[in-house]
Amino acid sequence: MAIKLATIFFSMILVNNYVLVQFLGICPFLGVSKKLDSAFGMSCAVVFVMALATAVTWPIYTFVLVPNDLQYLQTIAYILIIAVLVQLVEIILKKFMPPLYNALGVYLPLITTNCAVLGVTISVIDEGYGFAESLVCAVGAGFGFMLAMVLFAGVRRRLEDAKPPKCFEGLPITLVAASMVSLSFMGFGGIIENIFGAV
Amino acid sequence: MNKVKILTNGLIKENPSLRLVLGTCPTLAVTTLAVNGLGMGLAATFVLICSNVVISLLRKVIPDKVRLPAYITVIAAFVTVLQMLVKAYMPSLDAALGIYLPLIVVNCIILGRAEMFASKHNPFESALDGIGMGLGFTLTLLLMGSIREILGAGSIFGVRIIPEAVDSMTVFITPPGGFFVFGVLMALVIFIENKTNNRIERKIGCEGCPSASICGGSCEKVPAKKDAAKEGGEA
Repeated sequence: MAIKLATIFFSMILVNNYVLVQFLGICPFLGVSKKLDSAFGMSCAVVFVMALATAVTWPIYTFVLVPNDLQYLQTIAYILIIAVLVQLVEIILKKFMPPLYNALGVYLPLITTNCAVLGVTISVIDEGYGFAESLVCAVGAGFGFMLAMVLFAGVRRRLEDAKPPKCFEGLPITLVAASMVSLSFMGFGGIIENIFGAV
Repeated sequence: MNKVKILTNGLIKENPSLRLVLGTCPTLAVTTLAVNGLGMGLAATFVLICSNVVISLLRKVIPDKVRLPAYITVIAAFVTVLQMLVKAYMPSLDAALGIYLPLIVVNCIILGRAEMFASKHNPFESALDGIGMGLGFTLTLLLMGSIREILGAGSIFGVRIIPEAVDSMTVFITPPGGFFVFGVLMALVIFIENKTNNRIERKIGCEGCPSASICGGSCEKVPAKKDAAKEGGEA
């Protein structure tokens, strides 16, 4: 079990990285990765919301939707749950944990319509994971997001000093740079099987 | 506004992917093959037209304060309909698009058009806008898919056009190829814009983001974002 969980965790970070390999959460990846500290803060909020959203949606799917044959309501139910959840978390943090709210608060609403959060909650169901595996998968996906954001914040710093051709300035060169970072992640293919000898 | 203008607006002038930089995730993720790009584009177009019409019909009923949750619910309903249709009639497309099919819900193009267009115009105009925007999105996806399939697999729509003896550059159908082709394609568009003097700024800040009214422009409050408002990007 422990090996299976570790396999899921590390493959979500390195091999199936949400941003660089599965293209989920590209908007904050391109938008907030300009400075290291905001990239880090945003990623912390994403890890938090992903874990929380999965912890809430998984039981609802398994114990409410499936017994009542309502699987087709998954999309509607999930998006509404996530939206409500993010609002609730914001209110609770603001009231009871002001320091944490100050650190993460500004990023929370951004996450409501983030496809990475909806993506992870749906994909753990598609993969047929149990509750523990789902949680580990969500946290792994969040840390993968963090790794990509933090790495890319460093790359972008260098990009600012670079002088690309005029038509590449701004977004295009950022995308090409993201392509290179993504290429480097291709190198992790197979690493998980070799380390854990599973799957 | 002129009806024809509304229809053609989305094709080039406000092309959702390359000019407004909306819907980046599906643009990058599903365009490994031309046929997947086409399928995704048409799926999003279906949802866009339906949600635009319904939201436009309801625009006087929905209270302003809860309009975004209401829009998202309408969109999610049509995505569910779409998921069932695709699963029933096009199982191969369902398998190819996988998780990106339900993720049409959070596609910014659809919420963006609901907020920017459908909530202010009558149903007929909104439908035209949906068709135009949807086709613009579909064409971009088809273009991306074709480029990646030709370079990466040597074929188009599954028909081989480059001889087997020539090694295809498989990297183009992998994720890095997606970022690369999109970046180069956008550079090309900017090059043309520069030549014809109508370069537009691609925004990544709150002006370009349809969810801005949900979050009250909180991305602007992120300190590091102040100077980032120049660039574009939304997914």
